[in-house]
Amino acid sequence: MPVVTQDTSFLGYRRENGRVGVRNHVIVLPLDDLSNAAAEAVAHNIKGALAIPHPYGRLQFGADLELHFRTLIGAGCNPNVAAVVVIGIEDGWTQKVVEGIKATGKPVVGFGIELHGDHDTIMRASKAAREYVQWASEKQRERCGIAELWVSTKCGESDTTSGCGANPTVGNAFDKLHALGNTLCFGETTELTGGEQIVAARCANDAVRERFMFMFNRYQAVIERHKTSDLSDSQPTKGNIAGGLTTIEEKALGNIQKIGKTCSVDGVIDKAEVPTHPGLWFMDSSSAAAEMVTLCAASGFAVHFFPTGQGNVIGNPIVPVIKVCANPRTVRTMSEHIDVDTAGLLQREITLDQAGDRLLECMLRTANGRLTAAEALGHREFVLTRLYESA
Amino acid sequence: MIHFVLHDARDTVAVVVVEGVKAGMALNGWIMDEDKMIGLQARQDIPIGHKVALTDMSPGDTVIKYGIDMGRVVAPIAAGQHAHVHNIKTKRW
Repeated sequence: MPVVTQDTSFLGYRRENGRVGVRNHVIVLPLDDLSNAAAEAVAHNIKGALAIPHPYGRLQFGADLELHFRTLIGAGCNPNVAAVVVIGIEDGWTQKVVEGIKATGKPVVGFGIELHGDHDTIMRASKAAREYVQWASEKQRERCGIAELWVSTKCGESDTTSGCGANPTVGNAFDKLHALGNTLCFGETTELTGGEQIVAARCANDAVRERFMFMFNRYQAVIERHKTSDLSDSQPTKGNIAGGLTTIEEKALGNIQKIGKTCSVDGVIDKAEVPTHPGLWFMDSSSAAAEMVTLCAASGFAVHFFPTGQGNVIGNPIVPVIKVCANPRTVRTMSEHIDVDTAGLLQREITLDQAGDRLLECMLRTANGRLTAAEALGHREFVLTRLYESA
Repeated sequence: MIHFVLHDARDTVAVVVVEGVKAGMALNGWIMDEDKMIGLQARQDIPIGHKVALTDMSPGDTVIKYGIDMGRVVAPIAAGQHAHVHNIKTKRW
């Protein structure tokens, strides 16, 4: 019996705009670094409100500023979020984030600190957060079709077992979800280096292929402009090399196993953009784990598959991150971080099809409300991607 | 016991998937794409996750994994030896 079919359903939260989430967070979202303290104070006052501190938001400009707004607004729009309190140093940009999130129809309100100070802002924002938390706590999960679940992937602290075990497991699950009409996403532009032609060959048509190669070449130009060496120790990372990965090509060929064998690349988005139809999307993105998972959250993905070899411990405040590992040593030494153990694949004890099903079973349990290892451990890495220096 | 795995029969390196591989050990390897077993003698200790060379290779040779180019040889490698950053480099960047 396949784990997922057209008839498979899960219990999710249907939001005002029709999108389905698997968590019911009320978030306190700072516009900028200066507002972190007030946001954290509100989350301390109001049990069930979640502050999402980050270090940026001042003096950014151009495409970098657009990405900042797109990421914050996208995080607020994510269907795992029930309601949002935005706090910024001043009203103008704070309201820009509020208006962006308001388009979903979910409750959102913003507070500027200037002319009020932290005390008054924290008091007013805490009152709003308290109302939102009580309102959200009455939301009920309802049965939703499998295709309504948006699933993203990115691997981290990869080693050679990632390419033979954990990543093909995600690929198998993606092949099955793609056939059911799910919206899926992968990215990590630099980590396709050496395997870019394989991805290009999997693109659904010439327009998608051209857009993919544009994104790939754009990122290669950044590397060429800034590199001072062959990037040894950065790509592959020290951890990758300790795990046995030798070159970026080898890392990329393992990485690409995540997009399976049959699913086509159906669209390309820039960082934190939102897919416009079902299928597998390539998002131009950083290969740094927390940056990429944060971008997936901003693009609206509700669950994330994270294969690891050496044991990356990442989580995200908005999106449950499911860890898959096929390295028996990592599964033994870091068991509290691993949600799905597929080490049996490398001893021929289970088939790839069975490994993919194990991951899909975990995905459904997670979607229904079971906390992931990263959630239970309190991992909430929210990292904004910056494109260049501030003004 | 499977000691190492490779993806494609054309691969010139394979991945050690167990701890404790020592020089002189007779190793069992699994070609995943063909579901076929092969044998090889380890010439060096190789940590889990690291690669063992399946053939003798000379500087300038292309290393094949997943049936695809994964870099170039920069120091001689004999079959059964540890293949990693000390004898293989990227062709990119």
